[in-house]
Amino acid sequence: MSARGLRWIIPLAVVPVLILLGYAFKLNPREVPSPLIGKPATKFSLKTFDGNQISLEGLRGKVVLVNFWASWCYPACYEEAPALERGWQAFKDRGLVVIGINIQDKDEPARKFLTEFGHSFPNAPDPAGRVSVDYGVYGVPETFFIDRAGNVRYKHVGAVTDAIFKEQAERLLGERS
Amino acid sequence: MRALAAVALLVFAGFGVAAGAPATGTAVDEEQVREIGSQLRCVVCQSMSVADSPSETAHQMREIIRERLAAGDTPEQVKAYFVDKYGLWILLAPPRQGFNLLVWVVPFAGLGIGLVLVAVLMRRWSRQARASAPPAGPVDSAMHERIKREMSEPDR
Amino acid sequence: MIPELGYAATVAALALALFGCIAAAVGASTERHALVVSSERAAIGVWLLVTACMLLLVYAFLTFDFSVRYVASNTNRGTPFYYRITALWGSLEGSIILWTWMLSLYTLIVVGQYRRRQPKFYPWVLAVMLAVAGFFLLVMTIPAPPFDRLTPVPADGRGLNPLLEDSGMITHPVALYLGFTGFTVPFAFAMAALIIGRTGDEWITITRRWTIVAWYFLSLGLLIGGWWSYHVLGWGGYWAWDPVENAAFMPWLTGTAFLHSVMIQERRHMLKLWNLTLIILTFGLTLFGTFLTRSGIIGSVHAFTQGSVGQFFLGFLALGMLGAFSLLAWRLDRLRAHSELDSVLSRESAFLLNNLFLVAAAFTVFFGTVFPLISEAVKGVKVSVGAPFFNLVNIPIFLSLLFLMGIGPAIAWRRASAENLKRNFLMPVAAGVVAAAVLRLLGVANTVVLVCLALVVFVTGTIVLDFYRASRARRRTGDSWLEATWGLLHRQNRRYGGFVIHLGILVIAVGVAGSQAWSVQTETSLERGQSMELAGYHIRFDGLEPSDESNHFKVTGAFTVSNGRRASAMLYPAKKFYPQEQTPIAAVDYRLGLIEDLYLVLGDFAQDGSHATIKVQVNRMVSWLWIGGLILTLGAALAILPEWKKPA
Repeated sequence: MSARGLRWIIPLAVVPVLILLGYAFKLNPREVPSPLIGKPATKFSLKTFDGNQISLEGLRGKVVLVNFWASWCYPACYEEAPALERGWQAFKDRGLVVIGINIQDKDEPARKFLTEFGHSFPNAPDPAGRVSVDYGVYGVPETFFIDRAGNVRYKHVGAVTDAIFKEQAERLLGERS
Repeated sequence: MRALAAVALLVFAGFGVAAGAPATGTAVDEEQVREIGSQLRCVVCQSMSVADSPSETAHQMREIIRERLAAGDTPEQVKAYFVDKYGLWILLAPPRQGFNLLVWVVPFAGLGIGLVLVAVLMRRWSRQARASAPPAGPVDSAMHERIKREMSEPDR
Repeated sequence: MIPELGYAATVAALALALFGCIAAAVGASTERHALVVSSERAAIGVWLLVTACMLLLVYAFLTFDFSVRYVASNTNRGTPFYYRITALWGSLEGSIILWTWMLSLYTLIVVGQYRRRQPKFYPWVLAVMLAVAGFFLLVMTIPAPPFDRLTPVPADGRGLNPLLEDSGMITHPVALYLGFTGFTVPFAFAMAALIIGRTGDEWITITRRWTIVAWYFLSLGLLIGGWWSYHVLGWGGYWAWDPVENAAFMPWLTGTAFLHSVMIQERRHMLKLWNLTLIILTFGLTLFGTFLTRSGIIGSVHAFTQGSVGQFFLGFLALGMLGAFSLLAWRLDRLRAHSELDSVLSRESAFLLNNLFLVAAAFTVFFGTVFPLISEAVKGVKVSVGAPFFNLVNIPIFLSLLFLMGIGPAIAWRRASAENLKRNFLMPVAAGVVAAAVLRLLGVANTVVLVCLALVVFVTGTIVLDFYRASRARRRTGDSWLEATWGLLHRQNRRYGGFVIHLGILVIAVGVAGSQAWSVQTETSLERGQSMELAGYHIRFDGLEPSDESNHFKVTGAFTVSNGRRASAMLYPAKKFYPQEQTPIAAVDYRLGLIEDLYLVLGDFAQDGSHATIKVQVNRMVSWLWIGGLILTLGAALAILPEWKKPA
């Protein structure tokens, strides 16, 4: 072991740290994978803005999209709202249901949002945030795709596009429950 | 019935009664809520705990903690619930098992290795000091007295 | 107009910096003094051009020139006047300009100070500093240009991040960056020392004051950051172990270690290799800190933005660290010293342990900060590492450091005799033990707090004893107590300045211990007219008032607070709604006191003002942190004064 050569360990010692930091660029600190994928979706029962009761259990056998939104969530919730309505219209006859859950919002601005986009699918407020925590929601908008058997199959963070809606809807509708 | 009672308790706990003690749920220890909250990460903040964060989400999560404690869950069960929903990252420090044990062990191990290194160095340097120190000759008593006398005089 | 002018100035400055760096290096190695002189001129040019960039931006801010994208992103027509100026460092691009400006200013000072006094070191120091400045100018040119033009020009800007509209945010970055960039100078001298082979004590003696000044500004920046967090963020805390707080704390830890270990090198000519390593690490950690904030790899309250800035910083960090450590490895032979330790009970040992614990703390913070990355890389699992971890591991380390703070200055160099130990430590140790017993009797149950306070008493005891004995010795020449103490402070200003700094740290330690152990809080909903009580304070909710401010809408709550002892006062916590922000910002109101602060945060409320939720905190001893900071300032000022030679 030459003593002269050994000294170069000193600068080389910093290399592993640099590699780790370089690798970190490929990661996204804000993207957290959901532990709910593949597990049964948590049951909930909420009162919609129209005064009706809607529960997840009653929808067993259908493909359900649960979308969490808020009127102050700009621009993403505003971007995806028309796509959600379009998707709902396109797939509702094939056994798909869209449910919007409004979190951390006030009644007036929420209703204004709904009127603006003319949502015809059920929307309900989640005033104490129980359902949003049950689904591990950490921001808005977040959308959960639940299959006919009641399991969460896909979670989308951010605005849902027509393409994503179609892709997941086709996939899950194609399965027999 | 139990749920109703819990809700009623929450309502009274939430709306502080005038001129009384600070708002505490009678069935729930606020200290415990804080303790659990301080171990959970506020999901909309960056490093703050659920106990500290002023955000609405954290407020709702604290309510959920209270509700679950009132319903009889142990603190471990309450934390497990959040981990089920959000994943391990909701805990502000990873559990001390498996790979995550590393984060708890490495710093102490590092300190330990450092102490050993310092001890080794100190030993080596002491030996070098002893090896190079000049031999101490005898000091005669008159000289000794004189030194003592001069040392105890004040500096000008 | 401004975007083009600014961009031109940036590119010109970059060219000058690169030219100056090469000229200084070539001039030094070929002993062509003329090249070094032209490098000096280049350095002056760089400073002038960067100053011009800053002034151009400020002008753009003041004239609402939204054709500059940076201006449009950080202000709008409602932004108050002084924040329009300080918005300069409100986000990424401007913060880089601030850093670059400080670097170029320091380079100028180096030119003035050392061109005649240190002809051997000086050209290489200049080269290194211009290289670092050149890197930051490169960042200003390519990934983070502040003078990007925005087309079409919007009618109004987006506005400053509301959390930054605060006095703390005006001063915090300035102090912090003065600290970060300040460490570049000792680093540059270290590199120069390695290059020219003068690896003895010279570079340390020359840069002694720089180190203290940089260390001081870094400490100040951290304290102001804590103050900002405390009074703006609405959680009543001052330190959250947020990754970016950690990123500034790490160089402070290694910087403190460096500050102390250079004293051993000055006295005993030991630890040469270690000191070089420490300053390289400290400089590297300052870069690492800016890398963390700007790369987006770790989410944080501070995180500025993504883009390719992170890659640039990582590249420079890699270059810098590999280069510096390679120089070190190359000169390893000259750094072998015959180190001697006469006894384990000596100041040398105390300093060695001080370094060990400080570096261990820095390593802990580093490991905890990057562990989520390691976990994801190795296991694919995202985990969080936060306060519970950092507190658990660091508390024992900091308590050990407190203890050492009492030992170090009082124990003898080389070998402490039993006589010396008894003389200097018996009384303080006794005082500490008595204090612990008394506190226990008074009801302090928390072990950590007990130990911490007992140690504070112990260390204060050693400091007071030293002042007393030294003053008493001076009094023999006929001075009064006051004159004697004053004489100590300005004749042996290094030592006694250091003591004052230690006293500042002790005061901060008491503040931290007290606030963690004794603060109380609660959260409750009140109807209008209803009161609640916490820790002897009665708080009544009086109503809400909406108002329209220049750039936001505000709802202010009125609360009457009475305390029995004092007359009642009003507190006005508010919620501010900024159009560019998705969620409202809480504006805290508080009453500061020496022993306790009353702290109110407005939560949810009914639109008609009939009820509101508030979080009330009684935070104890927090003011001691800020007072400690003031004492620290005095101590640092004292320590850097030139030695005053009184005529005999």
